[in-house]
Amino acid sequence: MTDIDRDEPEIHAGLEPAADRVVVGGQPTLEQATISAEIAERHRAVREDASAAGRAVPVHPPRDFAPYRSTTLRHPTHELVRAHPEEIELVSPAFGHTDVAAEEGDLTIQHTGEPLGERIIVTGRILDGDGRPVRNQLVEIWQANAAGRYVHKRDQHPAPLDPNFTGVGRVITGDDGGYRLTTIKPGAYPWKNHRNAWRPAHIHFSFFGSAFTQRLITQMYFPGDPLFALDPIYQSIVDPAARERLVARYDHDVSEPEWALGYRWDVVLTGSRATWMEPEDADHA
Amino acid sequence: MPDTPSPQGPFLQTPSQTVGPFFGYALPYPGGPDVAPPWHPDAVRFHGTVYDGAGDPVPDAVVEIWHADAAGRPIAVRGSLERDGHGVTGFGRTAVDRDGHYAFTTIKPGAARPDAAPHVLVTVFARGLTHHLFTRAYFADEDERNARDPFLASVDASRRGTLIAEADASGGYRFDIRLQGDGETVFLQFEGVAR
Repeated sequence: MTDIDRDEPEIHAGLEPAADRVVVGGQPTLEQATISAEIAERHRAVREDASAAGRAVPVHPPRDFAPYRSTTLRHPTHELVRAHPEEIELVSPAFGHTDVAAEEGDLTIQHTGEPLGERIIVTGRILDGDGRPVRNQLVEIWQANAAGRYVHKRDQHPAPLDPNFTGVGRVITGDDGGYRLTTIKPGAYPWKNHRNAWRPAHIHFSFFGSAFTQRLITQMYFPGDPLFALDPIYQSIVDPAARERLVARYDHDVSEPEWALGYRWDVVLTGSRATWMEPEDADHA
Repeated sequence: MPDTPSPQGPFLQTPSQTVGPFFGYALPYPGGPDVAPPWHPDAVRFHGTVYDGAGDPVPDAVVEIWHADAAGRPIAVRGSLERDGHGVTGFGRTAVDRDGHYAFTTIKPGAARPDAAPHVLVTVFARGLTHHLFTRAYFADEDERNARDPFLASVDASRRGTLIAEADASGGYRFDIRLQGDGETVFLQFEGVAR
């Protein structure tokens, strides 16, 4: 356990307290309806820009996505500068089984007792953009507990901590790019982006590819979450098909009788070769 | 170019999401900032502050560095997570502190080619950043190589300075990162990598 106390609560956000973020009785006054309207408008603008440029809607979220208020002062306004990757950028740090103990992939056995909640297995493969398995690479996860509470001093959600659940795990991918984790299904939790804002249940994932240019941090979600349409972080991805690729699917063949429900989630990192792709519009577009 | 990967191709890319505010108990790890052991004869401090568009420090970013060895070659040594106290793995990770400051102990990498300048690949993740940002830190005491480097030459001269780590008083290098606004750091779009 390190650096538990690093972060500021959401409301600080490095933002000037804009009028719509005035906090009354511990709650921002900004309404979900306003955020939802902003999401729809931003999606429309990004789609129009892509269409005008004759390009597909980008896979990744625009960094300038105001419905998620913390982006406001944290997105570059200049266009990204094209760079040809150097040799070092086309390889990744060498991780291996010496770095990660086998039991780090099971988040339910890190304490003396069993954590509370719904035990789940999450498994899948990590591929590059050409469909090749990403072998022997590090996968890291972190998540809230079943009640929606993170082991983090700044998480002020009045939900119980679970003394038997930390919510941090690591695995090294196998020869087929496969990974497998055992954990507890996380709960949804509130945040202060706007009034009555709730994050859909999710697990944070961090991936390394065979090239550092493939580095990816993202979040995995669970099927059918009613909060998807309302969440400005999930909705920061404009392409609905791309958003859905963050949703694991229930897989009965992964479930284990009398033990755990199974979810399958495959991940595709960007291509590892230095092949040319047309750059997209600047972040401020 | 043949078989250019496409985000709409058969292997559909997984999109990014923000690292969020609560990575602090998960991503940083003991030894993360110690890319080289402090006793290493060539160990230097590589550090800086991450600022937002209002010029305020960002207190909840995580920074990763990745660089070549002193001869400019990639390092294939394991042990970036479990430091053995001897090797230099080229990879480091640290969260910034409350003042937005990060610091690594590492060695200065060499240049990969005669016409390239040595650099450190710097990756920034933060709450409020929906997709990480890549940048490169070149070294202020490498004027000649910097002048020959084709990438640096391609960067608008008025912004090139944001890619240069300045030598500091302790023999280390300072590389501040400005996410937005005055002196906004040059961030990179690697060819072949979808945004």
